[in-house]
Amino acid sequence: MTIRFDKLGVVIAAIAAYAALVAPFATFRANRIVPGEARSVLEALPTAVGPLLLAIVIVGALIALLKTPLVLRLAASVVALIALAILIGIAGSFLTPAGNTFARISPASGFWLLIFAFTLLLADVLTRLNLSPWARVGVLVVAALAIGLLLISGQWNSLSILKEYANRADSFWAEGSKHVTLALGSLAAAVIVGLPLGILCHRVEKLRAGVLNVLNIIQTIPSIALFGLLIAPLGWVAAHVPGAAALGIRGIGTAPAFVALFLYSLLPVVANTVVGLAGVPRAANDAARGMGMTDRQRLFGVEFPLAFPVILTGIRIVLVQNIGLATIAALIGGGGFGVFVFQGVGQTAMDLVLLGAVPTVALAFAAAIILDAVIEMTATKRRVETA
Amino acid sequence: MIEIEGITKRYDETTVVDDVSMVIEPRTIAVIVGTSGSGKTTLLRMINRLVEPTAGIIKLDGKDNRSLPGYELRRSIGYAIQGHGLFPHRTVAQNIATVPVLLGWDKARIKARVDELMTLYQLDPEAYGPRYPHELSGGQQQRVGVARALAAEPNVLLMDEPFGALDPIIRNKAQEDLLAIQKRFGTTIILVTHDMEEAVHMGDKIAVMDAGKLVQYAKPAEILAKPASAFVETLVGASEKPFRLLSLGRVSDAVEKGTAEGEAIPGDASQRDALAELLWSGRPALPVKGEDGKPLGRVTVDGLVKRAARPA
Amino acid sequence: MKAWLPSLLRLLLVVLLVAFVTNPGWFQPLLKPLTENGAPAIYNQGSLLTLTFLHLRTVLIATVAATIVAVALAILVTRPAGAEFLPLSRSLVNIGQTFPPVAVLALAVPAVGFGEKPTLIALFLYGLLPIFENALTGLTTLPANVMEAARGAGMTGWQRLTKVELPLSAPIILGGIRLSVVISLATATIGSTVAAKTLGEVIIAGLLSNNLAFVLQGGLIVAALAVLIYDGLSAIERYTARRMGQETA
Ligand SMILES: Nc1ncnc2c1ncn2[C@@H]1O[C@H](COP(=O)(O)OP(=O)(O)O)[C@@H](O)[C@H]1O
Ligand SMILES: [Mg+2]
Repeated sequence: MTIRFDKLGVVIAAIAAYAALVAPFATFRANRIVPGEARSVLEALPTAVGPLLLAIVIVGALIALLKTPLVLRLAASVVALIALAILIGIAGSFLTPAGNTFARISPASGFWLLIFAFTLLLADVLTRLNLSPWARVGVLVVAALAIGLLLISGQWNSLSILKEYANRADSFWAEGSKHVTLALGSLAAAVIVGLPLGILCHRVEKLRAGVLNVLNIIQTIPSIALFGLLIAPLGWVAAHVPGAAALGIRGIGTAPAFVALFLYSLLPVVANTVVGLAGVPRAANDAARGMGMTDRQRLFGVEFPLAFPVILTGIRIVLVQNIGLATIAALIGGGGFGVFVFQGVGQTAMDLVLLGAVPTVALAFAAAIILDAVIEMTATKRRVETA
Repeated sequence: MIEIEGITKRYDETTVVDDVSMVIEPRTIAVIVGTSGSGKTTLLRMINRLVEPTAGIIKLDGKDNRSLPGYELRRSIGYAIQGHGLFPHRTVAQNIATVPVLLGWDKARIKARVDELMTLYQLDPEAYGPRYPHELSGGQQQRVGVARALAAEPNVLLMDEPFGALDPIIRNKAQEDLLAIQKRFGTTIILVTHDMEEAVHMGDKIAVMDAGKLVQYAKPAEILAKPASAFVETLVGASEKPFRLLSLGRVSDAVEKGTAEGEAIPGDASQRDALAELLWSGRPALPVKGEDGKPLGRVTVDGLVKRAARPA
Repeated sequence: MKAWLPSLLRLLLVVLLVAFVTNPGWFQPLLKPLTENGAPAIYNQGSLLTLTFLHLRTVLIATVAATIVAVALAILVTRPAGAEFLPLSRSLVNIGQTFPPVAVLALAVPAVGFGEKPTLIALFLYGLLPIFENALTGLTTLPANVMEAARGAGMTGWQRLTKVELPLSAPIILGGIRLSVVISLATATIGSTVAAKTLGEVIIAGLLSNNLAFVLQGGLIVAALAVLIYDGLSAIERYTARRMGQETA
């Protein structure tokens, strides 16, 4: 029997080998902003635990390297990821000198590369398993629960990112809810305005090019500029329109961020509505009219259901884009996770940057998986045959 | 009865349908033939007002078709669209139920009607009702398209090249099914096609269109015998004429006295089939049997050849 | 009379843009009303021309690098030898797009420090995705009969790639590059939060000193650049699509 290698496995094994043996596993810093000192796997973990991790990584890498059954690869990646997640916490407590509250331990490049390598393996297995939409959402929920459990258990409390969190627990949740409100609220507003606008553009050809061009140009304005430019008009509205200020409309803060996100969101919603409606088979539309449907019945009974997956794709683009863009709101006092990112960049405190960036990426990632699943569920039954 | 009086449709400066007048008798099939782009579809769609005419009137049973809103008119007229046009997001049963639902029939009645039509078209309601159109074969999709058009028991059925995309065997079957259903329900059918063979086979009368004009509207035999113009002549196909003429007649009308050797041909087969069988088997005559299997006499090559000659 | 209107508008935009970045002083009266307390109306901490040039240079470098890597990767995973990577690469692109540019930018800083480098990395990574995705679409949706014909004509794998597959997918790949450039032009402004020299500097200076004139001029220059480059690349794309005998939407 000849030994056969898995091509992706070669890449994964190479990354894992470099990460485990050469790159530093954790970084130790005497306080928040001084440069760190690297610690290898064996240095960062207690005597028995370091070799254990190395063993897990080596076995995992071997399983990835050789052509092995999917179940085995799944097990290897999950075990390795769980081990990494637990052991980085142990490294945190192990490296922190007793009673020292200034020292900071953070995961270093070796840890991140190992996570990357085994996530790659896991992603490959999950892709090859070709999971149903429900199963994908299920995997997401399980992963979220596992991370939540680790957080609640305090396993990671000795890590610097959670020390940053501990200092800001209140504002973290406040900014987080602002972030979500901004992203979801502007999406909702864009759907409420964009859907009818898209339908109008579909029906009235003269309007279409004009509206889409304007929305396209809005998209080319850099986000920080658009956020900034809205300060003036909204400031004017707050000062001159009675009741506006009471509604929370201000020149600076959440209002311009909300409006900017709303404006960015319009294009994908309107454009996808137009594309979706235009993609409704001519014959289906014709048949609907021929059967005696009124325009309303045709819109809600035929055009809309058939265009729905495409419209949802637009909504997915908007949601993922908004979750990312909402970080920029912090620059104009709009709040959100961007507050930590920009504070961190300003103080060269990378743990603070991570405190803002990690939840943002996690949110966007979860939104993408959930909406992809929903799109697939709505699209399968409505598959439009191409005749 | 459908009366089309001086109907014209212009798009900008181009006249697509040009002053067409014709009367379609109740419970008959009128077939519109013509080359592609001659305005057949447009003419058909003016009957249910999917297209509004530029000039002229269309009356259904004496009533102007503009006397009620377009969508109500269309609910009362069956329409089988070119390329079936099934709703891809609705099941077969939901597709067939479209017009009954629009008309507000109660659930039990809709279900009964859907089951009846599906059974009529040899689609098991249990097995095929919950399927989506893309899970059916081309022939099945076409049958569902026609079933949907018939769902609300319309007196008038418009069909735009309904059999165009089917292979010859399935097409023949679909044509026979349609003829049977037309007899059973007495539906008035207007059928558009570019296939002269189909027109001769299906039509009580044939309307030939050329560049928006109705050039001839007559019984198939007359179209074959006396084409009104060179265009009709080409459309009929000069070399096909005698065979098409024969295809209109039944063997029972060509029976002569006497007997012949070999397997008997049924009396309701077409004369064309009989001639083909004679030529192929190299025999001068074939025995003919009635529906009850009793011998009726025989058909001969000579007799059929005479019938294939241009009528006086 | 309608046909030349867009060209004229574009020309006007080019003229205005060039005039603005070379001689911003001319536009002072227009921007003055946006400032308060006698603040300067025209960016005065550096030359707009230099910043525009640096901005474009950053985007260009990142886009060229992203194009080379993305197209090479797409070719790799669509060859039989790399086919194993195809499904995974699709998932990775999907995952990659969920990383907000700001996060990529901020996370690059610890690795490479402040300045142009993190911006280049963020633009490169973020620019990869649309190009890779489009290249993949282009290379995997070639008409089967054309590919059959190419094999039937006796072309080698390399000949098929360079003479049939790449030329036929060129319009789609160009579409990806266009998307990538427009995203990069806007994202490069965020680079100024980590001290990269781009037009974002003007906007951020405006935000910090509450000077709307700065925000406006920085934003408008980037938007004008984006519109012009978008149009230019669309024209090239249409031209190639016509050359390849494809309909353009
Ligand atoms: N909505 C329309 N606008 C402009 N021209 C049309 C329209 N519909 C049909 N036509 C033109 O009318 C002519 C006849 O079309 P049609 O009735 O579909 O022909 P047929 O069904 O006989 O092939 C064609 O030349 C077609 O291009
Ligand atoms: Mg037609």
